Amino acid sequence: ADIISTVEFNYSGDLLATGDKGGRVVIFQREQENKSRPHSRGEYNVYSTFQSHEPEFDYLKSLEIEEKINKIRWLPQQNAAHFLLSTNDKTIKLWKISERDKRPEGYNLKDEDGRLRDPFRITALRVPILKPMDLMVEASPRRIFANAHTYHINSISVNSDHETYLSADDLRINLWHLEITDRSFNIVDIKPANMEELTEVITAAEFHPHHCNVFVYSSSKGTIRLCDMRSSALCDRHSKFFEEPEDPSSRSFFSEIISSISDVKFSHSGRYMMTRDYLSVKVWDLNMENRPVETYQVHEYLRSKLCSLYENDCIFDKFECCWNGSDSAIMTGSYNNFFRMFDRNTRRDITLEASRESSKPRAILKPRKVCTGGKRKKDEISVDSLDFNKKILHTAWHPMENIIAVAATNNLYIFQDKIN
Amino acid sequence: MFVRGLKRKCFDGEEDIEGTLAGIKAIPSYNLQRQSLLDMSLVKLQLCHMLVEPNLCRSVLIANTVRQIQEEMTQDGTWQMINTQSTGQASLDRLVSTDILCRSSREQAEGKHVPGYSTFSKDFEGDQAQDNSETMSTASSVQAPRNLQSNVWEMENPQENKGNFQKSLDQIFETLENKSPNSVEELFSEVDNSYYDLDTMLTGMMSNTKMGHCDGLETFSSPSTTTSNSNCKSDLNELDHIVEILVES
Repeated sequence: ADIISTVEFNYSGDLLATGDKGGRVVIFQREQENKSRPHSRGEYNVYSTFQSHEPEFDYLKSLEIEEKINKIRWLPQQNAAHFLLSTNDKTIKLWKISERDKRPEGYNLKDEDGRLRDPFRITALRVPILKPMDLMVEASPRRIFANAHTYHINSISVNSDHETYLSADDLRINLWHLEITDRSFNIVDIKPANMEELTEVITAAEFHPHHCNVFVYSSSKGTIRLCDMRSSALCDRHSKFFEEPEDPSSRSFFSEIISSISDVKFSHSGRYMMTRDYLSVKVWDLNMENRPVETYQVHEYLRSKLCSLYENDCIFDKFECCWNGSDSAIMTGSYNNFFRMFDRNTRRDITLEASRESSKPRAILKPRKVCTGGKRKKDEISVDSLDFNKKILHTAWHPMENIIAVAATNNLYIFQDKIN
Repeated sequence: MFVRGLKRKCFDGEEDIEGTLAGIKAIPSYNLQRQSLLDMSLVKLQLCHMLVEPNLCRSVLIANTVRQIQEEMTQDGTWQMINTQSTGQASLDRLVSTDILCRSSREQAEGKHVPGYSTFSKDFEGDQAQDNSETMSTASSVQAPRNLQSNVWEMENPQENKGNFQKSLDQIFETLENKSPNSVEELFSEVDNSYYDLDTMLTGMMSNTKMGHCDGLETFSSPSTTTSNSNCKSDLNELDHIVEILVES
């Protein structure tokens, strides 16, 4: 199995899509309630697997284009089929996933094997009928949106109008219509005329969940810009600018790197947005630009290790974050296969581990604790024993229930609230 | 203020009393740590230009860090000091590696530091003839090794890159090793040990992650260049080995 690079529930939560480094997409479907097998309710099983992207070679620049899936975003369901957008560094594809459980039988011109029948042998006409067959799930690419990005795509976001979506790379954001593949509109361009002056890149972008003219994008300098597409065609000038003033007492050479935002997500309500930087998660009220309303420390014990984390490149890891359905809790990943959840109302937080060794199926997860100094208590793990190769970068929360999906390198864990 | 911030970062778990003593020790080693951070960053930037397609965000962040260090060093006056201390080829090489990244020909005259991103534009756009000449004019005041290194940034010709990769790696080694053996040890002797305990553990991982870079190079090369590809892989291994030695001392 390959390293999982993105995880996303669909709008109903019945389907869970994962993309991996090898360009494959695997979709899981939730089992229906079944009285004879009460434990199988809520279990996700493989529904469809397909190869979304292949490695490509850019002959002009003599560079290979990775097939790794950077992001998957579902479209709201409009008919029996499911649609999702998946993207690698350069190309976005719209996939249709549909079920087939009947097949026609009784053709006149060909027999059951598909071989053509000898015309002289046909003595009577018959009408083909549909017969049931084993369920087959087919994925087919319906649109390919290519050649619009010079730099690596880091985000895609479907608009609330369900007709358009945006794609963002390091320096530009483009607006697409889902039906049109040969044209896209550039709505943000921060590439300087002289590349020598480049000091800031776009790290993530997302459309507002309700206002189809509003989107935000975050930068490597820890700022978020909110843009309104009604104000001008090119949204280089932001409507709102969110930045927390720097704390001068904690300034170091790594301040800028750890302030770089790796993910930005609107709350379901649309009133708040959440940003993830290297050490913390911040919740912002869209009406207040000068500082976040809440800040949660994910792994503050790493602040004293930044030099080593810079040396081994871990400081550049891009963690994602997510809201629960009611916006009352947020979740993000850390190292050593740990992930953290914060309850916004009670201000309680918990650290859990996603690993086979630490949990059996259906066992309740035990909270974990990292010991930051002094005596290490039993069951605590010291900072120096953390495995920095085991990083949880991608997590997803079911849109309505307390079911979470956690990607730990090449394993997918699905956890849910204890069922009575 | 800066010293205090760095002390928290690199002297983990110090008691207060020891902290004050370490603080007194910290002042000379702060410069050494800053220097080693600068060296590390330059190596990272050099390496990331070798990869398939450099991660722009990472490159920008590292280059900003380098610029920050150099700005501070200029204010301290230590930047000038380093220039006068090193001799001959070594100082040229050091100037060379930071020059590519941090100075255009104009700012060099003014003595200011600005990151040179003509390299990035060359990576991503084929038609930057202007930027080519800019990089070349920067080279005019420095001699032959500079030209070899500028070729490294051009991704248009991967075969040529492989040969120059070897040469520029040699220059990195020269830069890091041209200090006398004593000074290398000095560089790391002042630093608190706890910093390197973590490092020893993490270095093991670092060589693992560096193997990832080798993988990237492997996919990058076309079948006809398999021999030069294996050279690059061994070069990276060599660099890992040397960095490991430097860190673990």
